[in-house]
Amino acid sequence: MANLPTELVAPTGPAGTAAPKRAGRGRLRRTFAPILEAHGLARFMLWTGIAITGFFVVIAVFAPWIAPYGYDAYESGGERFPKQESPGGDHLFGTTVQNFDVLSRVVWGARTALEVMVLAVVFSLFIGVLLGLLSGYFGGWLDRILVLVMDTLFAFPYLLLAIVAAFMFSDVPGGGIVTAALAITVVYIPQYFRVVRASTLSAREATYVEAARAMGAKPRTIIGRYVFSNVIQSVPVITTLNAADAIATLAGLGFLGFGIQPTEAAEWGYDLQRAIPDLGADMWWTATFPGVAIVLAILGFTLVGEGLNDVLNPSMRKRRIRTVVIPPIAKPRQVVTVAAMPAAVPAQGEAPAVEQTEDPATPGASETGDAPASATGEPQEEGK
Amino acid sequence: MSMKSGSLGRYIAMRVALAIPMIFVLLTLVFVMLRVAPGDPISASSGGAKMSQEKIDELRAAAGYDRPLIVQYGDYLADVVRFDFGTSVSTNQQVSDVILEKGGATVTLATGGLVFALLLGIPVGLLAGRFRDSAFDVFARLFGIITYAAPVFVVGLLAQQLFATKLGWFPLEGETDPLIANDIPATTHILILDAIWVNDWEVVWNVLWHLILPAATLGLLIVGVFIRMVRVNLIQTLRGDYVEAARARGIRERDVVVKHGFRNALVPVITVIGLQVALLLGGSVLTEKTFNWPGLGKQLIEFLNSRDYVAVQGLVTFIALVVVVISMLIDIINALIDPRVRY
Amino acid sequence: MTTANGTDSTTRTGSGTSRDTTAPVLAARDLRVWYGSERGPVAAVDGVTFDVRPGETLGLVGESGCGKSTLGRGVLGLLPPGAAVDGEVRFAGKNLVDLSARQLQQLRGPELGLIFQEPMTRLNPLMRVSEHFEEALRTHNGDLTKDEIRTRALDALRGMGIPASRYESFPHEFSGGMRQRIMIALALVLRPAFVVADEPTTALDVLVEAQIIQILADLRRNFDTALVLITHNLGIVAEACDRVAVMYAGHIVEQGDAREVFANPQHPYTQALMRSTISLSTTGLHYIPGSPPDLAHPPAGCRFHPRCPKAMKVCAQEAPPEVLLPNGTRNTCWLPVPDMTTADGRRPLEVEEISVADEA
Repeated sequence: MANLPTELVAPTGPAGTAAPKRAGRGRLRRTFAPILEAHGLARFMLWTGIAITGFFVVIAVFAPWIAPYGYDAYESGGERFPKQESPGGDHLFGTTVQNFDVLSRVVWGARTALEVMVLAVVFSLFIGVLLGLLSGYFGGWLDRILVLVMDTLFAFPYLLLAIVAAFMFSDVPGGGIVTAALAITVVYIPQYFRVVRASTLSAREATYVEAARAMGAKPRTIIGRYVFSNVIQSVPVITTLNAADAIATLAGLGFLGFGIQPTEAAEWGYDLQRAIPDLGADMWWTATFPGVAIVLAILGFTLVGEGLNDVLNPSMRKRRIRTVVIPPIAKPRQVVTVAAMPAAVPAQGEAPAVEQTEDPATPGASETGDAPASATGEPQEEGK
Repeated sequence: MSMKSGSLGRYIAMRVALAIPMIFVLLTLVFVMLRVAPGDPISASSGGAKMSQEKIDELRAAAGYDRPLIVQYGDYLADVVRFDFGTSVSTNQQVSDVILEKGGATVTLATGGLVFALLLGIPVGLLAGRFRDSAFDVFARLFGIITYAAPVFVVGLLAQQLFATKLGWFPLEGETDPLIANDIPATTHILILDAIWVNDWEVVWNVLWHLILPAATLGLLIVGVFIRMVRVNLIQTLRGDYVEAARARGIRERDVVVKHGFRNALVPVITVIGLQVALLLGGSVLTEKTFNWPGLGKQLIEFLNSRDYVAVQGLVTFIALVVVVISMLIDIINALIDPRVRY
Repeated sequence: MTTANGTDSTTRTGSGTSRDTTAPVLAARDLRVWYGSERGPVAAVDGVTFDVRPGETLGLVGESGCGKSTLGRGVLGLLPPGAAVDGEVRFAGKNLVDLSARQLQQLRGPELGLIFQEPMTRLNPLMRVSEHFEEALRTHNGDLTKDEIRTRALDALRGMGIPASRYESFPHEFSGGMRQRIMIALALVLRPAFVVADEPTTALDVLVEAQIIQILADLRRNFDTALVLITHNLGIVAEACDRVAVMYAGHIVEQGDAREVFANPQHPYTQALMRSTISLSTTGLHYIPGSPPDLAHPPAGCRFHPRCPKAMKVCAQEAPPEVLLPNGTRNTCWLPVPDMTTADGRRPLEVEEISVADEA
């Protein structure tokens, strides 16, 4: 039989018909607004992460001015550094078995990590987004093959993939830093590919693309905007987490001996690996400082990523809800009995007989529990 | 929607069929990356030592590297089907023998890491999800993030310094004390199982004692994933329709949380284990290096250092196969546990 | 009872059917259920009074978001964190509002039942049907043996037309209609005296709907169960309910004998609701202009006044009284009691005022 319309609302224009141009900018603003509104753990993670990351970036950028010596300096003014000197004096963090100054290595290491990280993120973002767009836009065989290849890469142990890739790219021009960045790039392409492909596909299916196409807009432009406004939401999280992973992978490669050579740049993973024998000899400083640097740098980016994820992922966002306190009833319910049924259209001024009672059935006052009947008196007695 | 007999069998057949193109793509990728890449195996394995061009050509011809790539590719696929992963250039060993010899230690380590991660991650995740936004929840989440962020080798070195060097509770490295396990016959090639097989409990305990630090190190790498997943699952499950329905039937809150919440929240753990295998194997390379654990990862690094392309290709191929097969097995186990998956 | 009284219209129009004189199973007085939200408290149910007697079905109708479902859950104490309940819900000599969570839990099942709208997701996918019954019966009748549990569960299932052979099946092996019948069997196996059915047929197709409605009708005949049937389907109310309560924005605006209310709707909202109903005799599509108010900031006075075609000045200022009409209908409106307002108050509400009020 008859179903009520679920919403008894006047039909209005379809929602979300805002011009795509506006939507892009609006989405951007909506994306970053929650960061300022973040609270609780998300806020703590975000701001701690930003502080650590900021510190790391400053060290990396100003390394030549901050580091007391060069990354491969083993002498200063013709005077050779002491070997395995404990922290203090001229060498705040001590020196290594290779006569390197630990502080300088750690500071320059930040620069190496930042360089590799930025290169890797830019490469994988560029390639991943490009392949994702192609795959999602053209579909067909290209799409199937790319998806299969990306899924396979994604399933592969990422460190092994990076090692093999480092092996493969060992002869590329640009030296160890580019090799390491390329090796890490291979690992992260599939993530961007997936996100971009998925939103390109849904953009292709979105009805307003059809509508805009009918109005003469180029579908490529529309899809570009749609994809951008979609991707801009997930990419910040993926990118920051990838940045953290890139530092870890770089250090892992260095630790295993497949990273950057010490004469080429300072690299924390390599330094840590070289410091292992020192630990047995009670020389804590050679391992501790690069180790702490690695952990801090990764942690900084991870915290930013996790905080962003918390803030941008609405399903897991904690809502701030206070337990409701219901105020007492301001005015007790009024029950009025009228003697006659009102006419279909009550004439002005015609006053039916009214008997007015304060309802006794306010909470606590009701004894019988059938207050609506007893409150009105007359019909109740009639019934009895 | 109706139950059909043999639906599980059909599911398994389908899942196996699905793995074949994946394996094919993997093998192709491995081949392309290692063989088409600049440099060739023979001149690479010679390292810095200068060999005469004739000598190199001779070796190349012997190994079949002078043939067209497509022929080499066909041979490679045919070999893999026969579980022939080639012969090492540096040690002259069959790679399949190396896998048999060293694989057991890696299986032991990876299993230990997984068990550690599950034993720690599941209870912590459940408690964090149950008492969402409590101090414990915040602590659990930060713990998960920090353990994930800290690289395996940093955690490993720290653990070695603290628990082995300073406190002396655990051995520093290796799978056993030297020489202790020499008499154990290799039945399964997994030392701890072989020792159980011949009732040599001294060796069993010795391996376990050596296993704790590396397993915990490796486990900490993935424990964060479990904490997060179990926590989110439980939160979502407890918001679910059937949980509300159970409450509406007056089921005790404890039963609601345990029987409807925990149980259902833990089902996806199996899938996540499958996804963590790759991370676990990657992490075990670093763990084995850190703890001098005699497994495949350590062996792989040695082959890489001696630029032994053939052996590297063989090992990488094998590891890739293991990842695909395990993720397939996990899916099948999942179908056995969760009746919905089969449909 | 209906047969004893016959269908004599005079008996029905007077509010004194014998059913009305029996003590209600459940009596709500000024019940308020407020939710917490990011925008502040939401008065989803804001002062609702009704009775349900044994064997009686009360239909609860209204638009989506008017508080129908919240009302049903509030009575059973099934509310999200942050929500609060105030007022009185008298059941078996107790005020449910004052009970502890543990006491409410013990009542849910054997005394108070709830049937949900969406049956597909209401059964635990990892538990067999049998395990659901065992769990429910064990919780509330700890001394039952396994055989007794099985007998009672199979009885309940048979009553819903589910064969015993399906007892060990998993939920995903059933269709939506069958799952809903299992859910009903699961609610009824404990023989609750009072059941809330929250849109039990909305997710099902028409044939299954008729089946479920028939089952619910049998239920009150056979067990004297008091039923609150929440629905937005006025056809179901006409077919299956003895009395009807029309909700708008957290208030019951009109309640009374179902046929009376349908034949002679009093409240302007009820009238509008009837008009927007589509039936074979419908000549045009009607809708109520405007949209339901934001319950975090409800309009002053009568909550319907911004959309009411007959709104008077007083409607925007003061909450209307509950007017008991001779036919037993209760109409919460200023219209039937013009002498309670001033002449100024009776002036029609200006259009500008309506739009202003709507915006607020």
